Amino acid sequence: MVSALGIQLGVVGAYLVVALAVGLLAYRLTSRDAEDYYLAGRSIGTVVLLFTTFATLLSAFTFFGGPDLAYRAGPEWILVMGVMDGVLFAILWYVVGYKQWLVGRAHGYVTLGEMLGDRFGSTRLRAVVAGISLFWLFPYVMLQQMGAGEAIVGLTNGIVPYWAGAAGITVFMIAYVVIAGLRGVAWTDTLQGLFMLGVVWLAVGWVATAAGGPTALSNALATNKPEFLALGGGLYSPQFIISSAVTIAFGVAMFPQINQRFFVAKSGAVLKRSFALWPVLVVLLFVPAFILGTWAAGLGISVPEGANVLPVLLNEYTPVWFAALVIAGAMAAMMSSSDSMLLSGSSYFTRDLYRPFVNPDASEAREAWLARIGVALFATLTFVASLFRPGTLVSVGDTAFGGFAQMALPVIVALYWTKTTRTGMFAGILGSQAFYLAHVFVPAIEVGSMTLFGATYLTWDYALWGMALSAVLTVGVSAMTAAAPEENQSRFTDGLRAD
Amino acid sequence: MTRVRIDYRWVAVFAILVTFAVPWFLWGDSRVFAGLPLWLWWHIGWMGLTAVVFHLFTRTAWDRGIVGEGR
Repeated sequence: MVSALGIQLGVVGAYLVVALAVGLLAYRLTSRDAEDYYLAGRSIGTVVLLFTTFATLLSAFTFFGGPDLAYRAGPEWILVMGVMDGVLFAILWYVVGYKQWLVGRAHGYVTLGEMLGDRFGSTRLRAVVAGISLFWLFPYVMLQQMGAGEAIVGLTNGIVPYWAGAAGITVFMIAYVVIAGLRGVAWTDTLQGLFMLGVVWLAVGWVATAAGGPTALSNALATNKPEFLALGGGLYSPQFIISSAVTIAFGVAMFPQINQRFFVAKSGAVLKRSFALWPVLVVLLFVPAFILGTWAAGLGISVPEGANVLPVLLNEYTPVWFAALVIAGAMAAMMSSSDSMLLSGSSYFTRDLYRPFVNPDASEAREAWLARIGVALFATLTFVASLFRPGTLVSVGDTAFGGFAQMALPVIVALYWTKTTRTGMFAGILGSQAFYLAHVFVPAIEVGSMTLFGATYLTWDYALWGMALSAVLTVGVSAMTAAAPEENQSRFTDGLRAD
Repeated sequence: MTRVRIDYRWVAVFAILVTFAVPWFLWGDSRVFAGLPLWLWWHIGWMGLTAVVFHLFTRTAWDRGIVGEGR
């Protein structure tokens, strides 16, 4: 057992060291000014952009939360994530992403708050957008630490405790962001994306072979979990599938680390090429990852309390070193997610909050140091919060995505409708956040035959109602109010040039 | 001023792509083909089709609805 533990920790440790080496290499090529640090000098090509965005999505939510959910409730999660990421998000990639890229290139924006603040002539709006983003970023960074902790517990069968896994990844991600900046992150994202893709298919092949082939596996499923083979049922109602896919897709588009990617492409052609590749990449990754969780259910794998199903399944059917390699890959992917999140979060903090409100004349060097301290502090706080484990990976992730999704429709309205006003934006963003927060934190109460603050209204998730509210408020209030004199109504429409 | 054209045919195509990425007509169906549920095969095929349609979109209609034409 000691030797198995040695192999497990050795493989995971070695992988993380390789990733750090790549980061250091990138650091030597990075100039220190802010645009370069955050956006790699707007010079990211197709493959790197696609993988860096993809790897950012490829977090503990997908890689550990997804298989866990498939193990507990069935493989329909593949459909939810497929529609969400492969189709809806791809369309948003065009509708929000390409538009933001054009606007960002024309006016030099680096953050979402900056873009909206300039259009509506309001530093306060800029700060509100940054503040809300940082608020919802918190649970999502925490989710990565929870995922790492649970993965290590599953891999080592509880010999290494949960907190040690969570702490390990925290230290690593702080060190990494502080040293490297986005260029480092983009490079390692590509490395990690490719690695994950390869390793997850190997895992599927290995488990399938060891367990007697896909047909034997589906027979086992038909015997032990027959309801898993039928589409729908249990957790998966049409409402659940639609609500989850819609809120996650729109939430993802507003995620700081994803949204900031919309500003980094070298040319429009890069966005174009990545757009069409999106559905393929999604299928290549999600199908094998979640099918592993499903198979584990059919094989009657029992998962210890507080562990992920994936490492437990791999330990059972593949050699120790291979299971460790998959977990290392997943941890690395989570690390790159967290890196990007922390980095974007720090740019929201310094550019949208610190500079406009605290110290407008801060030097570049001071800003860079502040960003690094902010990252360390933020990651430490999320680590502490992760020790309390407030929910499953998917439930924590869903809550964060839903919070971001509340901002998506106001932003889209602002991008395309020149009559949007500042008051309309405040109403849409703050109103929907208030609605959503109340539903996250206020316990459900019965009023007559209705439940207030429950999980759904008329069987539809409250996050979806919040989104509807955000659109109604933004459009309605904008229609009733006049633009303030400082607003630049043509900012998002005039002067945009295709390549 | 530039005029931005919205192409409703593409809006409709995108709506169809989103709608049928989940094979609603196979709801409750548990048939298995080559070790995977039939509905999963539909999804995989549909995503392939989506990639092809997206590629056509980038070739013929990119910038539609975003960048104005008359300049």
